[in-house]
Amino acid sequence: MAPVLEIEGLRKTYRSRRRGERRALDGFDMVVEAGQVHGFLGPNGSGKTTTLRTLLGLIRPNGGRMAILGREVPAALPAVANQVGAIVESPQFFPHFSAHDTLSLLARAGGVPQRRVTEVLELVGLRDRARERVKTYSLGMKQRLAVASALLKNPKLLILDEPANGLDPGGIREMRTLVRDLAAGGMTVLFSSHILGEVQQICDSVTIISLGRRVAAGPVAEVLAQHSGGGLRVRLEAVTDLPVAADLLTRAGARVTPADDHLVVHGIDKPATVTRTLAGSGLYVSELAPITADLESVFLELTGTAPVPGQHRQVDQSTVVDRPAGTTASDPTTGGKA
Amino acid sequence: MNLYTTELRRLYKRRFIRYTALGGLLVLVAVVVSMFLINQKIGPEQWAAAERQAEQEWRLQVEETQRLRTQCEQARAAGNTADHPAGCAEIEAPPREAFKAEWYLPSTFDFRREFEPTLTTLTAVLALVAFLCGASFVGAEWSSGGMTNLLLWRPRRLEVLFTKLAALLSALAGLTVLTAAAWTAAFWAVGTLRGTTEKMTPGVWQSLGLTGLRGLVLVLAAGAVGFGLASLGRHTALALGGVLGVMVVAQFGLGLVLELAGARFVGKWMLHTYLLAWMQKKVTLYDWNACAVSYGGACEPATFDITWQASSVLLAAGLALVVGGAAWAMRRRDIT
Repeated sequence: MAPVLEIEGLRKTYRSRRRGERRALDGFDMVVEAGQVHGFLGPNGSGKTTTLRTLLGLIRPNGGRMAILGREVPAALPAVANQVGAIVESPQFFPHFSAHDTLSLLARAGGVPQRRVTEVLELVGLRDRARERVKTYSLGMKQRLAVASALLKNPKLLILDEPANGLDPGGIREMRTLVRDLAAGGMTVLFSSHILGEVQQICDSVTIISLGRRVAAGPVAEVLAQHSGGGLRVRLEAVTDLPVAADLLTRAGARVTPADDHLVVHGIDKPATVTRTLAGSGLYVSELAPITADLESVFLELTGTAPVPGQHRQVDQSTVVDRPAGTTASDPTTGGKA
Repeated sequence: MNLYTTELRRLYKRRFIRYTALGGLLVLVAVVVSMFLINQKIGPEQWAAAERQAEQEWRLQVEETQRLRTQCEQARAAGNTADHPAGCAEIEAPPREAFKAEWYLPSTFDFRREFEPTLTTLTAVLALVAFLCGASFVGAEWSSGGMTNLLLWRPRRLEVLFTKLAALLSALAGLTVLTAAAWTAAFWAVGTLRGTTEKMTPGVWQSLGLTGLRGLVLVLAAGAVGFGLASLGRHTALALGGVLGVMVVAQFGLGLVLELAGARFVGKWMLHTYLLAWMQKKVTLYDWNACAVSYGGACEPATFDITWQASSVLLAAGLALVVGGAAWAMRRRDIT
């Protein structure tokens, strides 16, 4: 099946007489397969919103190729727009209209039946507040309204930029359920968020962007596995045996890093090698577990945005990635750290 | 068509636009009511009162003349001839016929003569309403993010911009036509009840119709300029600030500088002159410092005519610049 969304080598440069040239997107690639919930991650100012705005025809790119539902955009955007629901950045609505009026006007402009307005208001939990002016809404309620506006056309591709922003814990959980339900119904969801635990829970695949370039992409499990290093945590019944065990494993070809009460072992192709090697010398393992990374630590590592004590990181201070020689822009697994 | 009707609906739902239109209509109602109150119908009673006042004024003048003549004769008798060297006989009371009764008639509304200038008032108020509504309609859309939302649904920028403009202009045209009809009916009533509606020939009605048509064009142009400026700046404030800037810098400032420099026909650099010429068909500017000798040898001030045709060129160029600029910006500029 063709991807729902393809971006290849997307470039966008902002030029300013005062501030000079700034590359917001520098050959960015992304592929989103049909039916997936795809996480789109990146530090502030990395180019996420620029990518989404460019994809939706709001920003003119300087180069690259984009396709939605197999149609080249922006040229075919008018043809596919009724199949793409999107919220970009913070929810923005005319403050003096009610939620119902706002959605009703959008539905009229898009030729969507008015009954759909009631449906989506119900779906996002705004049914009872639909006749109140948007200016009286909290950020979370505006966010729900934004999601409702994106869902109004019952799109094939749903693009949600920070949809959980401003939501209460219950709202975040509802949003998670909603996204999963939509994906289960066949909708493809592109989901941008800084709540990485949330992304890890609901996304099938992710793309991580830093300074306008892709630094990682692929199924969540693969991305995590690629960056967890394949290490093993080894504990013994007696902590005093750790130096001997480290020596044995090193001689067996492993790279061993001692910790206070355990060893971190790399370079072993099968975990069974560890137990066999140690048991052969009368040392018995009490814990043998793979060291897994969570998405947050992978994100911080890949983007180089982990906080450093005593330093104040600026928004553009993140990892610069060079495109490895011989890779194509559309290869979704390509990425690395400079 | 969906988009057009949606935009008409959006326009109607905008509170600022409804209140602005209502405010404009209230101003117009106030004008009509004032005209009704300050005018009276002229009948035998008003003529009789005017005759009495003319007679009274004449008698006052006669008494005053008599008093002055007595003073003069007393002065001359005392040997003072300096103040009245020609004698006191030249101090004469004005003739009775110099005090015409029509001068003392109350103000009355002559529809044929006075209705046409009121069309300029109507146009000025409606043009201001149109400018504010045009600027707010698209400016608030830009600043609130509504335009971005709409473009996610209808990603044809120029189609969206011009459909919005079409909805605005058609609504303004409807408002102007209805208001002008009500305005005409109201002043016809003022003429009937507080003046006269006589001598209204088809030619007069045609002339009024053409003036009204030019007024309609001006109202639509004001709406389009407000819309275009706010769209260029992507905020209502830019349109309002732009107009304020033009008024203060380019009009008052320029006028002052030209006056100080002793320029001729300063009015020809003023925008309002062209707007007035558009409505009145012609505005003649005078240079009272120049002397153009007439056939009779008299010294007449030099004149400069600004016609509605010249105004139309200026208005069309300005309109094309603003709306064209807005369209260009809509097509080319990123929406960030």
